[in-house]
Amino acid sequence: MEIQGRAWKYGDNINTDVLFPGKYTYTVKGQEEIASHALEDLDPTFAPNVRRGDLVIGGRNFGCGSSREQAATCLVYNGVGAVIAESFARIFYRNAINNGLLAIVCPEAAQAIQGQELVSVDLERRLIECGSGRFAFPALSATVQEILEAGGLVEQVKRRLALAGPASEGSG
Amino acid sequence: MNQETRPHQLGRQDVDQGPLPQTFAQKALARAAGLDMVEVGAVVDVRPDIVLSHDNTAAIREIWLQFGQERVAIAEKLAITLDHAVPAPTTRHAQNHAEIREFVREQGISNFFEVGRGICHQVLSEEALVLPGQIVLGADSHTPHFGWLGAFGAGIGRSEVAALWATGELWLRVPESISIVLEGDLPRGVTAKDFALRIIGDWGADGGLYASIEFSGSGIEAMSVDSRMALANMMAEFGAKSSFIRPDGKTRAYLEAALARRAARMKHEGLAEESRADVEKLQLLPDEGAAYAATYSYSAGELEPTVSCPHTVDNVAPLSAVAGVEVQQAFIGTCTNGRLEDIAEAAEVVRGRQVAVGTRLLVIPASSLVLQEALERGYIQALVAAGAAIGTPGCGPCMGNHMGVPATGEVTISSANRNFRGRMGTTDAEIYLANPAVVAASAVAGRIADPRSIV
Ligand code: SF4
Repeated sequence: MEIQGRAWKYGDNINTDVLFPGKYTYTVKGQEEIASHALEDLDPTFAPNVRRGDLVIGGRNFGCGSSREQAATCLVYNGVGAVIAESFARIFYRNAINNGLLAIVCPEAAQAIQGQELVSVDLERRLIECGSGRFAFPALSATVQEILEAGGLVEQVKRRLALAGPASEGSG
Repeated sequence: MNQETRPHQLGRQDVDQGPLPQTFAQKALARAAGLDMVEVGAVVDVRPDIVLSHDNTAAIREIWLQFGQERVAIAEKLAITLDHAVPAPTTRHAQNHAEIREFVREQGISNFFEVGRGICHQVLSEEALVLPGQIVLGADSHTPHFGWLGAFGAGIGRSEVAALWATGELWLRVPESISIVLEGDLPRGVTAKDFALRIIGDWGADGGLYASIEFSGSGIEAMSVDSRMALANMMAEFGAKSSFIRPDGKTRAYLEAALARRAARMKHEGLAEESRADVEKLQLLPDEGAAYAATYSYSAGELEPTVSCPHTVDNVAPLSAVAGVEVQQAFIGTCTNGRLEDIAEAAEVVRGRQVAVGTRLLVIPASSLVLQEALERGYIQALVAAGAAIGTPGCGPCMGNHMGVPATGEVTISSANRNFRGRMGTTDAEIYLANPAVVAASAVAGRIADPRSIV
């Protein structure tokens, strides 16, 4: 599988409050509405202009702060193809994977990629290509791969429950 | 401070000395995964003892409904508080609360805490719903809070909580551990909050990324339970997965009182006894010689009051460097510093004084129990007499969706844990973080001030 799109590049410690403001977390619900507030406090040009397949590039500790899942889903609902960063905050990483959003740790690529340039990611060969070259990224863990392949955690759990059969319902 | 980074070494070299020494995180995750031992870096399926959610419970239910279950698999393990926007500020928020109450009724969830009871981490601590050695997973990033009592607490996302409701199980990676040692007594006016800000300032907001932070040393032993909570809670801002403080006599006394209260409330006399036995039985301690990714040592005597400046928590400065900055709002509260000890310190600073003209002081106790005790001891009276506004126990304006949010262009000094741009509602406001006595002194001075120059 290949992902191709423009890069939206941001810096270190991009936190969940600028990805998706806390004041909306209990009241803003629909996918479109959530998508429209993505990165609102950091880059108001992002939500109106991002296209399906575009990539978000971050520095260190991308997604630090709150556990709010909209910080990841607001990117998913905008069609973001992947997030590439030097490192991720742990809850954001989990939220991304659990919502089927590919999160790639690749410091070299995250530094090399320029804002708005065209970037492609080849998942099988684990290669990121941008104007300044090609960068390899490490394999994902088996658990992470299984969740991404299922299309997210919810889908994976549905599969597991279906396999376990109705007897598993309601029991601890 | 000094850093001794040890390689992944082994305390005991002899081959037939049995298994390698384990960190707390390894032991806690092994227990919850039903395994004898887990390696650092391994991904394991764990069954937590408690699953926490709050105002986000209705959103979690939406996800859970997709599984087509009628009953959650682990109703007895759920703990739900209404705390993030309480009492409801708008009809939409009220609707959200109503949906949560409906879910609680329909699923027969007994550990449900209404508007006004307090902030999730404080309430679960006061109710002794989490015991040493246990695992709590919460749909809230400050769940490392439960390290104060020697439990493993980690924050997770909403879909993950929904998956737990359905299956009782979730994948976790066994984290590396970082050892932080504090020796000696904290100087006057220096608190656990200052220590936490110093750690985050020294090593960065990602200095503890993915790691379990194990605290030890005489400086930690000397800390009150309230202070230990502030320290463990702040590790969320260090990027940590969880934290750990060794349970001792203070921990046990706190939990026993909490269990007795809960037993009385539930009219279940045996509960306190049973759970007291559990406290001893469940406790897990790191082995001597366990391997740490890093060890950071501090001596308490060299610490000073520390302030985190806009707009990141690791942007710290000594109080002396920022004293004099004008503030329009001073806020004391949150799961970090809204406890009795914090309110006592603030009351001592403002007693017999007035909040400065042009500045307002907002005090929100972390729980109803804190509020009650603060009333009994006259702290609330002293604060109100000085001009403070008192809010309903809960999160208040901490995350910008409830009353007490700043206007654009205003400066807030807060005892909270996070000062990200936009955190309190508007991007055009500055937030400084400090210990509660500094916040109170700043309210009185109208500018960031050192309480030691007042009291
Ligand atoms: S007080 Fe603030 S940090 Fe603590 S749980 Fe509430 S919103 Fe989160």
